[in-house]
Amino acid sequence: MRTTFIETLIDEAEQDERVFLITPDLGFSVLEKFQKKFPKRFLNVGIAEQNAIGIASGLALSGKIVYVYSIIPFITMRCFEQIRIDVAYLNANVRLVGVGAGLSYGPQGATHHAIEDIGLMRALPNMTVCCPGDPLEAREITKASINYKGPMYIRLGKNNEPRIHKPDTQITIGKAVEVTQGDYLALITTSNTLELGMQWVKEWANEDLQVRLISMPTVKPIDKEAIFNLIQEGIPIYTLEEHSIIGGLGTAIAEIIAESDKKIKFKRIGLPDSFSHNVGDQKFLREKLGLIKPLI
Amino acid sequence: MYIKNIRKSILKMTHYSKSSHVGTCLSIVDILYVLYFKILNVDPKFPNNVTRDKFILSKGHGSAALYAVLAEKGFFSKDVLKQYYINGGVLPGHLDMTAVPGIELSTGSLGHGLSVGVGMAISNLVDRNPGNIYVLLGDGECNEGSVWEAIMFASHHKLSNITAIVDHNNLQGFGRTEDIINQKNLAERWRSFEWEVFEVDGHSLIDLEKTFKIISNKPKVIIAHTIKGKGISFMENKLEWHYKSPNDEELNLALSELDKTYENYFY
Repeated sequence: MRTTFIETLIDEAEQDERVFLITPDLGFSVLEKFQKKFPKRFLNVGIAEQNAIGIASGLALSGKIVYVYSIIPFITMRCFEQIRIDVAYLNANVRLVGVGAGLSYGPQGATHHAIEDIGLMRALPNMTVCCPGDPLEAREITKASINYKGPMYIRLGKNNEPRIHKPDTQITIGKAVEVTQGDYLALITTSNTLELGMQWVKEWANEDLQVRLISMPTVKPIDKEAIFNLIQEGIPIYTLEEHSIIGGLGTAIAEIIAESDKKIKFKRIGLPDSFSHNVGDQKFLREKLGLIKPLI
Repeated sequence: MYIKNIRKSILKMTHYSKSSHVGTCLSIVDILYVLYFKILNVDPKFPNNVTRDKFILSKGHGSAALYAVLAEKGFFSKDVLKQYYINGGVLPGHLDMTAVPGIELSTGSLGHGLSVGVGMAISNLVDRNPGNIYVLLGDGECNEGSVWEAIMFASHHKLSNITAIVDHNNLQGFGRTEDIINQKNLAERWRSFEWEVFEVDGHSLIDLEKTFKIISNKPKVIIAHTIKGKGISFMENKLEWHYKSPNDEELNLALSELDKTYENYFY
């Protein structure tokens, strides 16, 4: 996803002089092409995330569209108050681009795990929260972000994720995407769990269970209409995310269900409310931390 | 009598709303006066002019001073000042750039203004926009690590279009700055980060104006030695006036003191 992001951004920056890219010294071997093409619009501010956000805000208030790129915990949490004040409160056109969704940087340890970011970002007024699930979603959201008004958080996985969607799939900010059809269960995924969701749906299909897979590339604003329709239909809803069980996609959808006056079967699949002290890659940690296919 | 009026407005605002921070406001009146009436290229009729100079009050708790100066300069009616810090009012205790014209940045959480100012300065350099950026910080505010991140960046990039001003009144929320975090050598610290450093009497209009007009090829900081509560004898250098607001008696005393001070004063 990060290669897709940077290539799309370069295409957009070629056509739009307002595009700036800031890094607090991360993105080695990813961002160089942008730097080379647009040296005046690329800033490495050093290892100083608070300053990165402030500078982005100053540029955005001066009419620029500013992307700040780093690993998720550093771009969202190290400078959370700068994001709250200088970006969200000012409604500035700053795009926070975080890489390493969930457990993507698994063996690097808990400092690099991104398990609270969706919750934090969706709590901020004015903030749009996008969590692309495959390279197509990453490309379309990056494209749409150029002329999107107000601040955005774009949560990327890592690299070389497989493409799940067909090439002509329509991706719109704020809209859910139906990936497979089925009436047995609706499985809603966001961000880097789309691939895992697809794998489960295929396994269930082998057991003759037809599951409707829905990708939710925007967690805020969430596609309420799509959720209402599922509730109306009475289909069981399961959510899947590589994020703490608190505050992410599952919470967002639970809020809608809870206020719908309807009773349906609902289950959140996410990471437990704990820091991981396990060592291992993403796949290893997913299993260790309970991100496993539920019995339905 | 702009300066007298500004000081009077601040006293009346903080008295009327029973709000705090009168001391910090009085300490920066002379700096703001020189900026808005002698230095800044701003026009109250066209507050969003693209090539204007921009002033950021990073120490946002000095809001009443900026509101008073902007009203004096004609950005909005002085009547609006009555709307400060009261239920249903227009002007919040800390700055909101959507409240009235002329406020370049919402502030109130310390340590943000210089970074945003740096972003504006870069934008102007890239666009060849002649506007200069001015950021006023408190000396206590320089405790914030984010201030030093911005300081490092600005000098590395030789941002000659940004000027920082430190309101060095030696008092912060809990006591004397040097007792809380020693920064007696504040000027030296900025200098070691490769800024062009000037130290002035922050209440000398002539020295302030002269220093603002010095052109440098580096980012510039003016360490302005000021007195918290300046102009009102019983508020000067008193920590309690960081949080207190004048009662009826204190207001009258302060106003008549200002009348006396400025009796034979011409601008």
